[in-house]
Amino acid sequence: MKYLTWTDEAALEVVREHAEKPGPMLLTLQALQERFGYVETSLLPSIAKVLNVSRAEVHGVLTYYSDFRTTPPASRQIHLCVAEACQALGVRDVVKELAAAGYEVGERSKDGATDVVGVYCLGNCALGPAALVDGNLCGRVSAKSLVAQVTS
Amino acid sequence: MTIVYVPGDSAARSIGADEVAALIAAHAAKAGIDIELRRNGSRGALWLETLVEVDNGNGRFAYGPVTPADVDSLFANNFLNAGTHPLSLGKTESIEWLATQDRVTFSRVGIIEPLSLSQYEAHGGLAGLRTALTHPDVVGEVLASGLRGRGGAGFPAGIKWRTVLEAAGDQKYVVCNADEGDSGTFADRMLMEGDPFTLIEGMAIAGIAVGATYGYIYIRSEYPSAIEVMNKAIEVGRLAGLLGKNILGSDKSFDLEVRAGAGSYVCGEETAMLESLEGKRGMVRPKPPLPAISGLFGKPTVINNVLTLASVPAIMKDGSKSYQDRGIDRSRGTQVFQLAGNIARGGIVETGFGISLSEMITRFGGGTLTGHPVKAVQVGGPLGAYLSADQLDVALDYESLAEAGAMLGHGGIVVFDQSVNMLQQARFAMEFCAAESCGKCTPCRIGAVRGVEVIDRIIAGEEREKNIELLNDLCDLMTEGSLCAMGGLTPLPVRSALVHFPLEEVSK
Ligand SMILES: Cc1cc2nc3c(=O)[nH]c(=O)nc-3n(C[C@H](O)[C@H](O)[C@H](O)COP(=O)(O)O)c2cc1C
Ligand code: SF4
Ligand code: FES
Repeated sequence: MKYLTWTDEAALEVVREHAEKPGPMLLTLQALQERFGYVETSLLPSIAKVLNVSRAEVHGVLTYYSDFRTTPPASRQIHLCVAEACQALGVRDVVKELAAAGYEVGERSKDGATDVVGVYCLGNCALGPAALVDGNLCGRVSAKSLVAQVTS
Repeated sequence: MTIVYVPGDSAARSIGADEVAALIAAHAAKAGIDIELRRNGSRGALWLETLVEVDNGNGRFAYGPVTPADVDSLFANNFLNAGTHPLSLGKTESIEWLATQDRVTFSRVGIIEPLSLSQYEAHGGLAGLRTALTHPDVVGEVLASGLRGRGGAGFPAGIKWRTVLEAAGDQKYVVCNADEGDSGTFADRMLMEGDPFTLIEGMAIAGIAVGATYGYIYIRSEYPSAIEVMNKAIEVGRLAGLLGKNILGSDKSFDLEVRAGAGSYVCGEETAMLESLEGKRGMVRPKPPLPAISGLFGKPTVINNVLTLASVPAIMKDGSKSYQDRGIDRSRGTQVFQLAGNIARGGIVETGFGISLSEMITRFGGGTLTGHPVKAVQVGGPLGAYLSADQLDVALDYESLAEAGAMLGHGGIVVFDQSVNMLQQARFAMEFCAAESCGKCTPCRIGAVRGVEVIDRIIAGEEREKNIELLNDLCDLMTEGSLCAMGGLTPLPVRSALVHFPLEEVSK
């Protein structure tokens, strides 16, 4: 996996790298997630201290934005667009078929290897249904093509 | 040398452009043919992707939609010399779908390599910035062009800029709204991926116009490729003296950076975006104060959509009149429409305001992808109204759409065939609002949750009349009592889905 294993020491190093920027909190949390794949909540008090804000403020930001994870991600990621233009191209059926195949949107797949996340629009609305698979944009997807990709 | 263009836009790549490019390169290498492979942006004819173009000195010839399986036969048919093939489309510039558009903001997208500053300049880039650097009244020029904000609200850009220009402040900012959260829209993404210098140039002009020296581009995290291209373009721009101190050798300075969103639709609302840029939760701020007076970190801030800012270089280059001559009534210039959903020929259609919705869907869109009749069209994203098949004569401009009870928003047009269940669409509008509400005001935060429940009861057939009345009251409350357009406009898709489509049919 491309993520480093979380250690508080390495994480605090990342926090300090960003502390001097204007409005650093969101940036800092994003940097942590980029490096480690998630943000360990036990570190919140230390993050708050370095950034000189209250712990509640860090918690507030971490929980407000849907991108953030507080546990390590599965090894594969599907972000399936469930918004209107993809609905017009049958994504509601794709969602059902994925669930039947053990890939419930909003959960980790039955085999534990893939996180399936529903998102609103990926900017590929003329070639839907659309999904990001491990960060790569895919068009005209089906449940079958998605499962094939994450199990290949 | 023969140049082969294979788009590097992420939509093209989403259906195999990288593979097509790799196969073409490998085939040419094996056959010992020297070609220059360029990864241009997309022309926006997404229904023709992967659109491969060849230039052997006689102009650009197009082939599409090319799949990896077609590459061998393209070579066999001598496509490198514009040979005929079942996928031949002739000269790219003569493809009717493209030739009948009026590309102003998108004039270079799909034509140049996105990160080539020399190609950018060769195709008219930087001329607008050069004009602006010596122009006595940039704000006046933008005002005269009639340019209105392309992010959704349609506020005149020049008036906003003038407010920032006149506001006192030791530091001012330019913020580009690249959150593009509306379903059915992708023009911001394609411009950033296909012609990033236009946005940089537009932001620099905005900076010069109002006296701002620093800018931020807030790009949604769902757009990793756009973030990557913009970051690279900023690097190239700095090295070339287009950004930084004394831009293009002038006495003006302007620099900017990209900030990524974190998966929140409401952060596209300008004040929520400012909060997010300040590192906080993306909660909507009450207005006043206007961001133009007290915006990012409390400083006067221009905040505009990608397309608004990207239209400015052309306005400065060709003059406000050339822009103002396009469009109709109070909708001047061109609009970058986006045809999406169940549509045969989806993509970017840039044309003057005023074309009718039916012409857009029929002439450009070619009807539905499934070939079934159109049942509903949602214009303007998740907060936009659903129009029924007998409302399609409406002209696509700000005022005509408003009269029809709809809105243009960011120009997204999402087409549905008769398989759509309008009650489900109404439910989704409430569900989306409930999921994305920032939570600042009750009508939106609670109203949307109640809305989903009420619609569920209507779907289940429980006391229909009574629940529809309840839903209407709820919609009134949200329209009137919400702080921003998230809660305030969600009733638009909800109501239109119920009003324009008979219930028996809606709930089938
Ligand atoms: C809920 C909500 C979401 C919005 N999303 C966007 C968006 O994604 N992109 C955008 O440019 N404007 C969006 N807007 C409009 C902005 O608040 C603002 O009007 C715009 O950035 C101003 O730029 P413009 O005048 O160039 O359009 C949104 C507004 C609301 C209420
Ligand atoms: S209408 Fe909704 S999104 Fe807008 S301020 Fe109120 S709660 Fe927030
Ligand atoms: S609505 Fe699915 S990609 Fe835009």
